[in-house]
Amino acid sequence: MAIYTKEEAKQIMEKALSFSTADACVINISGSESGNIRYARNTVSTSGHRSNQTLSVQSSFGKKSGTATIDEFDDESLKKVVRRAEELAKLSPENPEFMAPLAPQKYDEYLTFKETTANITPEYRAGVASSSIEPAAAKDITAAGFFNDSSGFSALLNSKGLFAYNKSTNASFTVTMRSNDGTGSGWVTRDFNDVNKFDASEASKVAIDKATMSREAKAIEPGKYTVILEPAASVGLLGNMASAFNARTADEGRSFMSKEGGGTKLGERIVDERVNIWSDPLHPEVPTSTWNSAGQPLKKTTWLENGIVKNLAYSRYWAKEKGVDPVPSPRGFIMQGGDASLEDLIKGTKKGILVTRLWYIRNVDPQTLLYTGLTRDGTFYIENGKIKYPVKNFRFNESPVIMLNNLEKLGKQVRINGNLIPYMKIRDFTFTSLSDAV
Amino acid sequence: MKRRDFVKYAGLGSGVLMVPSLLMGNDISAEALLNPGMDIAIKKKLADVALNTAKTLGASYADARIGRYLNQYVFTREDKVQNVVNTESFGIGIRVVANGTWGFASTNNVSDAGIKKATEQAVAIAKANSKIQKVPVKLAPVQSYGEVSWKTPIQKDFKKVPISEKVDLLLSANAAALKNGADFVNSGLFMVNEQKYFASTEGSYIDQDVHRIWPTFTVTAIDRENNKFKSRQAMSAPMGMGYEYMDGLDSEKLEGPAGFKLYRGSYDMVEDATVAAKQAKERLTAKSVEAGKYDLVLEPNHLGLTIHESVGHPLELDRVLGYEANYAGTSFATLDKWKMKNFKYGSDIVNLIADKTQIGSLGAVGYDDEGVKTKQWDLVRKGILTNYQAIRDQVHMIGQNESHGCCYSQSWNDVQFQRMPNVSLEAGTEKYSVSDMIKDVEKGIYIAGRGSYSIDQQRYNFQFGGTAFYEIKNGAIVGMLDDVAYQSNTQEFWNSCAKICDKSDYRMFGSFFDGKGQPPQISAVSHGSSTTRFNNVNVINTGRTI
Repeated sequence: MAIYTKEEAKQIMEKALSFSTADACVINISGSESGNIRYARNTVSTSGHRSNQTLSVQSSFGKKSGTATIDEFDDESLKKVVRRAEELAKLSPENPEFMAPLAPQKYDEYLTFKETTANITPEYRAGVASSSIEPAAAKDITAAGFFNDSSGFSALLNSKGLFAYNKSTNASFTVTMRSNDGTGSGWVTRDFNDVNKFDASEASKVAIDKATMSREAKAIEPGKYTVILEPAASVGLLGNMASAFNARTADEGRSFMSKEGGGTKLGERIVDERVNIWSDPLHPEVPTSTWNSAGQPLKKTTWLENGIVKNLAYSRYWAKEKGVDPVPSPRGFIMQGGDASLEDLIKGTKKGILVTRLWYIRNVDPQTLLYTGLTRDGTFYIENGKIKYPVKNFRFNESPVIMLNNLEKLGKQVRINGNLIPYMKIRDFTFTSLSDAV
Repeated sequence: MKRRDFVKYAGLGSGVLMVPSLLMGNDISAEALLNPGMDIAIKKKLADVALNTAKTLGASYADARIGRYLNQYVFTREDKVQNVVNTESFGIGIRVVANGTWGFASTNNVSDAGIKKATEQAVAIAKANSKIQKVPVKLAPVQSYGEVSWKTPIQKDFKKVPISEKVDLLLSANAAALKNGADFVNSGLFMVNEQKYFASTEGSYIDQDVHRIWPTFTVTAIDRENNKFKSRQAMSAPMGMGYEYMDGLDSEKLEGPAGFKLYRGSYDMVEDATVAAKQAKERLTAKSVEAGKYDLVLEPNHLGLTIHESVGHPLELDRVLGYEANYAGTSFATLDKWKMKNFKYGSDIVNLIADKTQIGSLGAVGYDDEGVKTKQWDLVRKGILTNYQAIRDQVHMIGQNESHGCCYSQSWNDVQFQRMPNVSLEAGTEKYSVSDMIKDVEKGIYIAGRGSYSIDQQRYNFQFGGTAFYEIKNGAIVGMLDDVAYQSNTQEFWNSCAKICDKSDYRMFGSFFDGKGQPPQISAVSHGSSTTRFNNVNVINTGRTI
């Protein structure tokens, strides 16, 4: 069993720390148990189980640091790993950006662990596969899917006495449903800390319906369109934007957050004033760890408020350089939504395109956060408040910054990959070419 | 090293990238990398424990892979060393066929007891899954090779080169870039040694020692006043070589157009960083491209990625059959097109080769990860689609009875599956130089290096950028361009292939971290080509204002 309790983890780490002779020492321990099942062509292809545990020691003499890792926790192994880290530290060049370990901090109690997910069995996983394969086969559709569940812990102890512990579980599911005539494809994604919230049959039905509805798509001209982006369609672009909220690259002049003549866009309005984005480790729907690998407490942090940049992430080193407080990067993000359901958004659209997901998203220009990619697995033309017909997939070239300036309406929020994102209606979304891919 | 940092650093010069967090293994000292590892006689004995246990439990086939994976990574920026990482990962993966179904389990407890337990798990998984298996696994025959071995033919083992020498080289390259106009430079050196022992119930015991290396950098120039920044990536290629790749031999250099220095089997990092800084600075004031149709002259370090995405991936048989439908997607190159025997993938001069033997390439091994001797075969000959990439359990589905030998797993901890071999464009048979490519172009663009890349899930529609673009007018290069990306359709693009340089210009591009599968695995693969011209391709302008 690779999941240690708070007390067990602390005991092992204290033992390791007792062997340290370095100026500073930081010990991390983590472990996880995960299982998965993969299926394609309406049959199971592979499945597996993985168990990992690891303890790492970072030892520092002055500004020279070395890290060593081990997966056995008996006294001899702990002595060995500490000695190895210290040897490596002595051989390493000085790191001018070295930061001494943090003093003890106060952390909020985590909400990330659910016993139900930790108790998933191979039979449950096989059941998930069957919940996809059987209804698919009955409708002349082929299912290919992947379900993965994991439970794990991580803990941190340093020579200043800081101790942190977190336990978490996660279950994630994706399935692609393709019509056997090759003209329709649907997809769905779900992820939860608590697997009790997951319904494999419901999720599979969404993908089956999309596969059926998207058959024999029509080609329409690429160009600028009003789009309704499902949360799974916007998460990639928004996530890329969120990870660029970094003070250092902005200060260095190599970020979309850099300003003409120097400085950053902190405090400036960069998108529509209805856009509010924050992170919150204690949000019950999308909880995260309440501390990061540097031992910094993670608290609710506002990144965009009424379209204005409220915070940029500052590492401990960069904060010291700039004489400000450090701001840790978020683990996930939450974007404020509205009351409108997907159906409401469609009803209120005269002409537009409904996008299930965007795929193969790659940065084209970091200066403007321009990204390219394609629609996939269900793209539909909307006219006078109704879905009229499926359309062929498009390639887009668009920046999330431009997209959020062209916001028409926000809908309800949905959890996607640990983030909470609303349905969004956006005008003038740029599609640059057509794809024949189904 | 933290995973987040790895993403950042590894992303510097990324071609097709995925994060190999699972491969990182345990951090060890540089000296410990030199430890020879387990004796081969012991490996054979332990592998036999797995094979015998599997047979006793009723498996009709079993293979065992005992793997020791050593990595050394060095990261710097400007005049600072950011990180030096040495890791080792050691364990055994056991794969079985029982009741006609695959099962797999792995363990880092490489003892008789540990192996026996993992083998039991693998058989149990196979038997459990066989209840919902519709078609039993059918393996193509393979020769029993007995006890054999293979090594990457290296001259300098990276493990024996002091870290200080590697750090000095990276910092010298950084200094050269800063001296020549760069504001920032990040550089990295990735070195990998896979020590793999394979045994199967077919009677093969295969010991292999595989080396790979990838030096890379990103140079950035900044104009604060106008709030602009531009980068240029290294023109190196990841190679299946030892540290001798870093020697920068003059005999392996080529003079490219527009001041480019280009490299074959030996890389001069300091020289490339010097040119890169000048080009990054030049790009700050380069003309924004006018969208439209252009003849494109594509340099091999750029074209390799286009080959990877538009030829390598669509011709993976597992994608064609639907096994990857939920992740990377399927393929436009369906079996009916292949069966036609006249499907025009490209123009008559297009010959695309799959190869697992090419010396210096990332994909080169003696035997694949299911004990099949490697080889070379045609994918596209004279423009016609002729074959796919397939492994033992797939190849019967295309009526063939010999595996192509392209099965791979990223570690002992993951199950092996079909991965892309090196896929390369054959050099032209007529004597053409890069100048010959450019001289009869009225309106065109010379594109070099890695840039943005994106392609749809059936590999029809793609969009590629590069790291440097030069305008060609009336047969000559007239200046640098910016905001360039080309969009095309795979079949249309390869049919617009008009002229290919001869073998004197042939070089390899590589992808060090190509991703596939669920859970995802990485692999490394090379793509060779000579500079090639494609006529009348759609170019878009990617400039925006925010």
